[in-house]
Amino acid sequence: MVHTGLGTASTAPPPVATRGLGTPPSPRRRSGERRGRLRRSVRRHWQLYLLVIPPLLYFLVFQYVPMANAIIAFKDFNVVEGIWGSPWAGLEYFERFFSNPMFTTVVSNTFLLSLYALIASFPIPIILALALNEIRARFFKRTVQMVTYAPYFISTVVVVSMAILILSPRIGLASDLTGFFGLPATDYLAQPDFFRHVYVWSEVWQTAGYSAVIYLAALAGVDPGLYEAAKVDGANRLQKIWHVDLPSITPTIVVVLILSVGSIMAVGFEKAFLLQNPLNLSQSEIIATYTYKIGIQNADFSLATAIGLFNSVINLVLLVAVNIVAKRVTGKGLW
Amino acid sequence: MVSAVLTKPNRTAFRRSRRVRESPVDRVFLVGVYILLTTFLIVVLLPLWYILVSSFSSPAAVSAGEVFLWPVDFTLRGYEVVFTNSTILTGFANSAFYTVAGTAISVTLTVMLAYPLSRADFVGRKILTGAVVFTMLFAGGLIPTYLVVQSMGMLDTRWALLIPKAVAVWPAILAITYFRTAIPDELREAGEIDGASDLRILWRVVLPLSAPMLAVIALMYAIVQWNSYFDALIYLRDDSLYPLQLVLRNILILNTDAGADVTAAIERQQLASLLKYSLIVVSTVPMMLIYPFVARYFTRGLLLGAVKG
Repeated sequence: MVHTGLGTASTAPPPVATRGLGTPPSPRRRSGERRGRLRRSVRRHWQLYLLVIPPLLYFLVFQYVPMANAIIAFKDFNVVEGIWGSPWAGLEYFERFFSNPMFTTVVSNTFLLSLYALIASFPIPIILALALNEIRARFFKRTVQMVTYAPYFISTVVVVSMAILILSPRIGLASDLTGFFGLPATDYLAQPDFFRHVYVWSEVWQTAGYSAVIYLAALAGVDPGLYEAAKVDGANRLQKIWHVDLPSITPTIVVVLILSVGSIMAVGFEKAFLLQNPLNLSQSEIIATYTYKIGIQNADFSLATAIGLFNSVINLVLLVAVNIVAKRVTGKGLW
Repeated sequence: MVSAVLTKPNRTAFRRSRRVRESPVDRVFLVGVYILLTTFLIVVLLPLWYILVSSFSSPAAVSAGEVFLWPVDFTLRGYEVVFTNSTILTGFANSAFYTVAGTAISVTLTVMLAYPLSRADFVGRKILTGAVVFTMLFAGGLIPTYLVVQSMGMLDTRWALLIPKAVAVWPAILAITYFRTAIPDELREAGEIDGASDLRILWRVVLPLSAPMLAVIALMYAIVQWNSYFDALIYLRDDSLYPLQLVLRNILILNTDAGADVTAAIERQQLASLLKYSLIVVSTVPMMLIYPFVARYFTRGLLLGAVKG
């Protein structure tokens, strides 16, 4: 959902205030002018400046103060001396994390899980949207759209419980189906190898219909003239999809792809934590759940913060890098 | 007469060529598309249907795995247990409160942020927007945020679920975009000429025109608030404050005994297993009932932000 929002932020129209006609003013005059402009604007629109204070305080307190608090990753945090009073520890906690055998496990689990999720959940909404776009029967189209959209509104807790119930050995729906095909019953969730499949495919089940919406909208905006031209050239449906539909939604695909690749290390905590059990930990322990265990359960605040910081920095670097690549390749980026 | 002679063959030619366009290849392809979409439909519906029919089946049948596509020994026992369980009912009430109060706070703060930032004559708008958007790219992390919530004395209070995630960046961007593109500047100027203050213009002119956008962001916040459990998990100890999702997690995933009032151990166990299905249905039905009505707005909101990146 966070998708695609970034693009709009940078498209602000240029400020209208261009009073000084003729030669551009010197830098000093310009900064003085800006200050004057601020003063005049505040005097005239003081209510707006007052209005914006509470939400800005929110961002300061709950977003920027935590960023400053992250300094405890470099300190031996203890409650008595507090965040600023605790003694410096340098990179000790990072070293502890990197030398911990769990390091490779959680990093590779996180990476593999989201890579798998990306590969599985990226093309399916596109296929769904392209298929829906071919249908002219309104009732059928609406039904498919509404039904596939529905799981998006179900909570993670419920989706995971549904998965557990359906996959439970002997009594679940899955064992009915495998039994029907004569396959042996398995306890899927007790096997580490199945964790990723369950995670990824329940994700696809839940979000494919929702993610298709954005492509459907892009498809609705395709110039009808292109279809006419394709018809005149004698293109069949598949050729029309390949040569008209796909190129038309490529910009949307690129934006979605950038965002997914950029957030590849930011796998959410909620679902992995719920699907975890002692038997599948070797694959289900990811950075987010590990941070929770170290920080909240073991109360090792400095180590947990170091791990979290490591993850945040990787995310940021990935997003920036992907954006640069995307700009090079397609001439279109997020900012 | 000439025209009649000319048009008739032309028209048939046209019709024929049209039939040619829907070629056998295309027809086969279209059948394939229908099959594909029907498969999608079944794959999405089957799990939901299975849970639904199980919830109406007898505890014994559910525990024995006899239910497949139709209820076995129809009963409402599961629902009786759900609606007489005080933990679950408290969870429902708590979640209703968190959703209503949290959404009200979030929407108010988002509008307070977005309206000034949407105004071209608000100096510092770009820097502040940048500062807000940056929080989407980088965050302090779990523990640093926890420490802030702790130092504000919010741990184990209802505030912990209402305030720390009150404003999300995405709805804020949506609101800014909407205010800037959908509200004509002339209206504001007219209000200014009439001597209305900025607040009055916001309240009387801008907000009434922003109902669709407000509905969208309210829905976004409400759904997140109703469906999340993580903040409750880390910030709350007192189980009388638990939102429904945390109660669900304890019953459905950790298999905490829901305290069904039954003496026989086996029946109790069977009932506990049936209860899960009924509980899933009960907790999901509110969302399933409202979503067909809100999906349209939701889609519009999704697209509002996506127009031209």
